[in-house]
Amino acid sequence: MARSEQKSLFTPDLILPACADAVRKLHPAALIRNPVMFTTATVALLLTLLLLVGHDALAVGFKLQLVVWLWLTVLFGTFAEALAEGRGKAQAASLRAAKAELTAKRLKGGGPDHETVAASALKLGDMVLVQTGDLIPADGEVVAGVASVNEAAITGESAPVIREAGGDRSAVTAGTRVISDEIQVRVTVNPGQGFIDRMIALVEGAERQKTPNEIALTLLLVGLTIIFLIAVATIPGFASYAGGGIPVAILAALLITLIPTTIAALLSAIGIAGMDRLVRFNVLAKSGRAVEAAGDIDTLLLDKTGTITIGDRQATEFRPVGGTMPAALAEAALLASLTDETPEGRSILLLAREQFTQLPDSLPSDAEVIPFTAQTRISGVRIGDMVIQKGAVDSILRANPALEGDPVTQDLRRITDEIARAGGTPLAVAKDGKLLGAIFLKDIVKAGIRERFGELRAMGIRTVMITGDNPLTAASIAAEAGVDDFLAQATPEDKLALIRKEQEGGRLVAMCGDGTNDAPALAQADVGVAMNTGTQAAREAGNMVDLDSDPTKLIEIVGLGKQLLMTRGALTTFSVANDIAKYFAIIPAMFVALYPGLGVLNVMGLSTPESAILSAIIFNALIIPLLVPLALRGVTYRPIGAGPLLARNLAIYGLGGLVSPFIGIKIIDLAVSGLGLA
Amino acid sequence: MTIQGWTLILLFVAMVLMLAKPVGLWLFALYEGRRTPLHALLGPVERGFYRLSGIDPTQEQGWRRYAVHMLIFNAVLLLATYGLLRLQGVLPLNPQGFGAVSEPLAFNTAISFAANTNWQGYAGESTMSNLSQMLALTIHNFLSAATGIALAFALFRGFARRSATGIGNFWADMTRVTLYLLLPLSVVLALFYIASGVPQTLAGSVDVTTLEGARQTIALGPVASQEAIKMLGTNGGGFFNANSAHPFENPTALTNLAQMLSIFLIGAGLTYTFGKAVGNVRQGWAILAAMMTLFLIGVTITYWQEAAGNPILHGLGVAGGNMEGKELRFGIAASALFSVVTTAASCGAVNAMHDSFTAIGGMIPLFNMQLGEVVIGGVGAGIYGFLLFAILAVFVAGLMVGRTPEYVGKKIEAREVKLAVLAIAILPLIILGFTAVASVLPAGLAGPLNKGPHGFSEILYAFTSAVANNGSAFAGLSANTPFYNGMLGVAMWIGRFFIIVPMLAIAGGLAAKRHTPETAGSFPTTGPLWTGLLIGIVLVVGGLTFLPSLALGPIADHLAMVRGQLF
Repeated sequence: MARSEQKSLFTPDLILPACADAVRKLHPAALIRNPVMFTTATVALLLTLLLLVGHDALAVGFKLQLVVWLWLTVLFGTFAEALAEGRGKAQAASLRAAKAELTAKRLKGGGPDHETVAASALKLGDMVLVQTGDLIPADGEVVAGVASVNEAAITGESAPVIREAGGDRSAVTAGTRVISDEIQVRVTVNPGQGFIDRMIALVEGAERQKTPNEIALTLLLVGLTIIFLIAVATIPGFASYAGGGIPVAILAALLITLIPTTIAALLSAIGIAGMDRLVRFNVLAKSGRAVEAAGDIDTLLLDKTGTITIGDRQATEFRPVGGTMPAALAEAALLASLTDETPEGRSILLLAREQFTQLPDSLPSDAEVIPFTAQTRISGVRIGDMVIQKGAVDSILRANPALEGDPVTQDLRRITDEIARAGGTPLAVAKDGKLLGAIFLKDIVKAGIRERFGELRAMGIRTVMITGDNPLTAASIAAEAGVDDFLAQATPEDKLALIRKEQEGGRLVAMCGDGTNDAPALAQADVGVAMNTGTQAAREAGNMVDLDSDPTKLIEIVGLGKQLLMTRGALTTFSVANDIAKYFAIIPAMFVALYPGLGVLNVMGLSTPESAILSAIIFNALIIPLLVPLALRGVTYRPIGAGPLLARNLAIYGLGGLVSPFIGIKIIDLAVSGLGLA
Repeated sequence: MTIQGWTLILLFVAMVLMLAKPVGLWLFALYEGRRTPLHALLGPVERGFYRLSGIDPTQEQGWRRYAVHMLIFNAVLLLATYGLLRLQGVLPLNPQGFGAVSEPLAFNTAISFAANTNWQGYAGESTMSNLSQMLALTIHNFLSAATGIALAFALFRGFARRSATGIGNFWADMTRVTLYLLLPLSVVLALFYIASGVPQTLAGSVDVTTLEGARQTIALGPVASQEAIKMLGTNGGGFFNANSAHPFENPTALTNLAQMLSIFLIGAGLTYTFGKAVGNVRQGWAILAAMMTLFLIGVTITYWQEAAGNPILHGLGVAGGNMEGKELRFGIAASALFSVVTTAASCGAVNAMHDSFTAIGGMIPLFNMQLGEVVIGGVGAGIYGFLLFAILAVFVAGLMVGRTPEYVGKKIEAREVKLAVLAIAILPLIILGFTAVASVLPAGLAGPLNKGPHGFSEILYAFTSAVANNGSAFAGLSANTPFYNGMLGVAMWIGRFFIIVPMLAIAGGLAAKRHTPETAGSFPTTGPLWTGLLIGIVLVVGGLTFLPSLALGPIADHLAMVRGQLF
């Protein structure tokens, strides 16, 4: 799998621009997107003004330190976002560089003449010529010709792929290079809307829209901020009853430590990093919503071929009928397959040579190959008067109507049913209109796939295998691979109907596909991953594109979606749990002058009230950069059930969030009082 | 603390747990509109009501319609009560010849009973005529309780229904709950109280000559009937000023136990009903487990503090636990238990004076209310308040399993979070806001009897009790002033209905959602982990906000006591 190198989080080339961006993001218009950080900045501004003009009992040095740490809290938040964006930008920069100097040979009036224009001048519907050595200037569809294309620029895979007009391999991506032949491409996007453009926009965060879940979480954070604002704003009234006053700076410090600044500061960084992880995994999501939906998937529709089984079937057995000698069947099968270059054909040769000796090496010179056609669905060879046919059982019987009713046919039917039940595909072999027997082509289930499905089941995800095979074969492979269900003899309509049925039952469905006939199902699915090798229609319909065209990745995509949501939840829990320790730091410091007895609430034994307040504020600020690596890398995801996962994360982030500030604030207090800062 | 004390507490908990299922099943029949054994007798009455009022009980209402009908019903009742209290002087059944209730007090009292709070700024036996007690007040005891249960049903339907537009019919819910649950149970309980010596008469007070030869007026009235619904409906408004500490309201240890049980009866049962409604009774048990754990923590602290007593008094040679303000008939354990029960559920009846509790012993009742009356809580209100916390808990922690949070098959999204936070934020806003106002205004500062942090606790307790719709008084506060009658009246109204409307909006939104089937990947909302999480969220989100106020009130009070400081 062409996963990009994990870049270190804190390299100077990322940190320095992020620092500059962090300051730029202090602009109110940018800050208002994050209400909690906006509140923090407002309070910091207020205290700055009070520092300059206000009079109260507090030492100026103490207030100055408070102001500095409050501004740092805001800056750490904007820095986290800037760093996440910076990482995305670095990822996208190489793509953009490749794209910047692209030129195009635009065909004039569809004719043979062409003019050279900048790629950015291309519009939807333009026709361009791409010749050997050229970079493809824009996303499009091959309308004429066939070429091999190196797509390493976007996939990291250096082996060239074939792109040709018509069929399921007609889509080409801007920035990839044609290494042989030439093709005519119809541009299918307007400037700035290609995949690369979308990818750049998403990872850079410039056009990032909040996802539904992020909006809900932001609302919760706003709600908590309001609740704590009420709690703090009413304190002066209470204090006045007790015959005292509380300086504004102290109230501000309490407010900022209580409102969920930690998660608010990291929220957008988590979202950007989640998209970025997907991109590093060579999957482009068209929206953040799609990534979130991936975590919610209940049902995975997986194509059998290429995902569950290795793409090619292997011949494993010759099953003669009607008294035919096995060697005779093997020889006929071998002759019919000598010119068959498909992996299946080659596996027949291999099996025949393995089991029998003295088989011919090549066809006699008078042999005439009967090519496979979509109409007959039979291939074979004619040697003199002898005709050998090889094909699906029904096709052979259709080609030889005389066989109908023959007892040998009954025999063959029985054998082919057996083969199907065992998860194989039978190929019938006939010689001069007489059935010789069947070849057992076996689907090979990928190693380790059964365990993967077991993991998915533990995560509560149902797997459904989609196959064109008949139900008997499908059932057998399904059992061997350990999928929960299967859809046999599936047509695109069946697929669409299945997705709708699952969705009506309240389940979210993910699937992948590449053909134009997959497009409706890709569009209907909650997560539709189109293969990059697929048609333009498929790539447009899906909400993700896998650049490696590896359908197995659907499973990892679900994991990445879950990781994104988990990281948000873990840091929210951590942030909220922190509040208890902060109360115990600030409340006694705040009220000890009113009622000296309240000093016993100072369970951490913080040295002075000023040091306690300062330590809480410093902890509150420093925890943000300390958690940046976690926010960017994401919480470790393990494919275990929700119960154990919750227990584990509650222990780490809930309990950890409860305990760690007690320790952290105490250590900071020792440093603050030791250095004589307060 | 004594063995007998703990036996009583644990016996009480065991009885609550045992009663939850049968009561829950009965409530579930009413929730579903199914036939109960009582239908043979009362069915014609129910149908008669519908025919008279032209209501079709099968007609489903959307959440807006449900909310509007509920609000209009309560507003009309409120106005009628206000009118009746103002006119009681010229109305019959007024053997003592009481005059009209003053405007601020009538305003306060009418809201108080409509909002299921039963805060009483007056002494019942010297203010209210029998007609006022029965028609203006007792009727609210039934209908405000029925309203709470109906609203809980509406929210249950939101969770249980799939892609539906309606959340039930308010009138049908009200009629069924009143007719098949509250009335029959009240009759049984009233007969039990009468048998135990509680008066039930329309005669006025009796004048007697005591053994010392002094003349004494003994107030009587229809006490037993009010007593039954006062507990059952978590109303708490006593016939007498002394409430359940009065021997005519609560004569024996047995009536005391029955009163405590009837406070928790419906609230605990509703958790089971919720489980039944959403198709998994373990969901209900998980909630009840969280509630009862919070309850036991509260009882333990209060009982421990009350039994430990006051070191300042110990220094003066008064040994033993704190008996100030307690009835000798009940003693420390039964009083501590009663105080936690009545404040955990938003009942507000008292059998001892909470003002006289030790600082920490009295803080627990206060804290119970500040949590939003969700530890069992008021009938209906407790469970719907708790479900709001469950929504928050699911949302905060649910993300940690890597899915969009779900609760009992419904996705919890932006709308639910917004409305739940809105409903939950009302409580601290009004409690803390009004307390802060009263702490600085002269009219507010005139209220408390005591100086120092205890006086602050008295103000805080009053507003907490009002907003949380508890209605118990800390005593000590002179609340029958225009300032407090007005402020507390507004607080009670907001505390009741400003939570209900967002809650119903959640119900409506949830009902319209698809049901997501539970899988191994779904957030587990049964079992000890979830129960622990619920407790954590209730304490952190519901409780932490009040820590500064508690620090300046009961905690400072307690620490002063420990240091021997007096105010």
